[in-house]
Amino acid sequence: MGERIRHMLVKEFLQLFRDPKLRRMVLLMPLVQVMVFGYAVTTDVRRVPTAVVDFDGSVSSRDLLSRFSASGYFRFVSRTRDPDEASRLLDEGKAGAILRIDEGFAQDLRAGRTALLQVIVDGTDSNTAGIVLDYSGRIAGEYSGQVLLARLSRLLGAVPPRKGIELVPRAWFNENLESRNFYVPGVIALIVMLITLTLSSMAVVREKEVGTIEQILVSPITPAEFILGKTLPFALVGYADVLMIAGIGVFWFDVPIRGSLPLLLLATTFYLMTTLGIGLFISTVSGTQQQAMMTVFFFYFPAVLLSGFMFPIANMPVLVQYLTYVNPLRYFLIVLRGIFLKGAGPETLWPQMAALLVMGLVTLYFTTRRFRKTLS
Amino acid sequence: MNLRRVRAVARKEFLHIRRDPRSLGMAIAIPMLMLMLFGYALTLDVDNVPIAVWDQSGSPESRELVSRFDGSRYFAVRLRATGYAEIERAIESGTVLAAVVVPRDFSSLLAGSRAAPVQFLIDGSDSNTASIALGYAEGVARAYSRDVAARAARIGGERSMPEPIEVRSRVWFNADRESKNYIIPGLIAVIMMVIAAMLTSLTVAKEWEQGTMEQLISTPVTSRELLLGKLVPYFALGMLDVVLAVGMGEFLFHVPLRGSLFLLFGMAAVFLAGGLSLGMLISIVTRSQLVASQLAIVLTFLPAFLLSGFVYAIGNMPVVIQGFTYAIPARYLVVILKGIYLKGVGITVLWMDAAMLAAFGAAVVALADRKFRKKLM
Repeated sequence: MGERIRHMLVKEFLQLFRDPKLRRMVLLMPLVQVMVFGYAVTTDVRRVPTAVVDFDGSVSSRDLLSRFSASGYFRFVSRTRDPDEASRLLDEGKAGAILRIDEGFAQDLRAGRTALLQVIVDGTDSNTAGIVLDYSGRIAGEYSGQVLLARLSRLLGAVPPRKGIELVPRAWFNENLESRNFYVPGVIALIVMLITLTLSSMAVVREKEVGTIEQILVSPITPAEFILGKTLPFALVGYADVLMIAGIGVFWFDVPIRGSLPLLLLATTFYLMTTLGIGLFISTVSGTQQQAMMTVFFFYFPAVLLSGFMFPIANMPVLVQYLTYVNPLRYFLIVLRGIFLKGAGPETLWPQMAALLVMGLVTLYFTTRRFRKTLS
Repeated sequence: MNLRRVRAVARKEFLHIRRDPRSLGMAIAIPMLMLMLFGYALTLDVDNVPIAVWDQSGSPESRELVSRFDGSRYFAVRLRATGYAEIERAIESGTVLAAVVVPRDFSSLLAGSRAAPVQFLIDGSDSNTASIALGYAEGVARAYSRDVAARAARIGGERSMPEPIEVRSRVWFNADRESKNYIIPGLIAVIMMVIAAMLTSLTVAKEWEQGTMEQLISTPVTSRELLLGKLVPYFALGMLDVVLAVGMGEFLFHVPLRGSLFLLFGMAAVFLAGGLSLGMLISIVTRSQLVASQLAIVLTFLPAFLLSGFVYAIGNMPVVIQGFTYAIPARYLVVILKGIYLKGVGITVLWMDAAMLAAFGAAVVALADRKFRKKLM
């Protein structure tokens, strides 16, 4: 048996690395992807291009506006007294927000009335819009609080006013709240799944299309040996990708890795068993490579979207949340983020590890059985 | 160019598609599945953040603060903790996302002249959710402080005071800030790119692999006729996907369509022609279905998903990457679709993006045509 597997492995390795174009792709793909993900995928909202319409032009209005520009969240691209000009900027997408202060702002403030600040945001990206509104609420609220305190101390004279509470926030695991730290570990799961799925889903069906599957059928090789021979080279590619992406994440993007590397590799093993099992299963049930590729994407898109990679699972409808429990990506993401950011060990991560292992065994079992059926 | 021969190739390709009902079904099911997921299941909105509370003071003042957290629709108190260890465990295991810690001497601190510190510990690993939740918490704290100060003033004999500054916010183009309204127009662009590339990136490579290309070469059909004939059925299929997606957006998700439908389909057609030709180009260059599929992913699927501004706003990316996005055709279509859908703008605002899209289409078609002729000789 060992002999036969060896031959099978040699054949598969040759096939995988013979084509120079494919060799380049397998190495280049994760590199391009992690770079794009690392740089482009960000939900940090900073320096929003903002148009300012200040009809008041008083010391107070300028003071409030300067707090906006000093916060680093807003970048003033236009100061105008023409509201149509500001609307045009928003229309064209050159500004993401408009801050408007009408005449009488300083007067209202002095007289103890409520002064108005208008914030108009571009809602075509509702996430950014929400964050921008939140920032403006914070900045204006802080200013407002100070004015209120000043009014109170004027009224109360010698008695100092109460200041209420001060929120002392501390973010654990990702102190500066950088979205890169959240996304880069997750990228490992995404890329490894994509590469191993596409490679393995083509593996069997390719032999079918070219007709070499008959030659394998007449050889003494058993289904289990065949599956093993097909998975091992791809698994190796998977491990290489994990190490490469993790290396780039840690050394290039400065993502912390606080947990243990051996645990990461063990989890990767379980995860690879699942993805390769699913890929080979797709391959055995597909008639053409076109079908296999379509089926892979039919699986891959929902798997990514329902994994918690970008969209938090807690915000999904309850029924869909249950669906995510059969998604291997969900578990591997928790493990990855646990190891990278939280420094979590097996004592916290064992349920996810166990789920991955069970999924891996089940998919490999069904794939082997399905393949045996194809043979007979 | 002989139209009869083009039609013959198109008919052959059409038969191929019809004979493979599963691929055909997937080409229609994948867009629908993605639309359903984005329309119903996925949102970046944050509410009901599960939090833990450790109220060491237990005074009426601290209870009021806690009830304000619990009462806001942004937070739900899931755990009354009695120590840091308990909080740490809860945050690490993910049962709560954040914790509010009120100090023992809260009420006496509150009566003093300095602000009483209240700790807010939060799991920062999901930075987006964390910063939104932090913003909510600061809002709760601000409102509480204001009321404390105002109440103290009333004890001193003053009536209630008005809030000095009110922020009146308005959200244009998407008044309720519904994420589906901005995601679905962009999603149509992504779906088209993915489907276009998936459909065509394998067709020429398959003919090479199976040796049927030689048979085609030996017929009088020219390379240009072959290319065009192969494009026609996939173009029809792609446009069917667009019609389906627009229909679902209209009738199922009620995404407002404020601009011209005619412009929308026109732009989609231009983009689709470019996308299909790009898939064809990949197929011509690689000659192997396996390599073609990998290349299609890197060149079409990933950029369309990540660099088009569909979910991740281009304005938030580093400047170098922003420059890079100008080379991504999906970027222009996302701008166009969002413009037509949400802003209701027409070609007078969108002409630049439309021109870029047309230029991309023309360039890819020309390149595919040239490469194909060279390969055949």
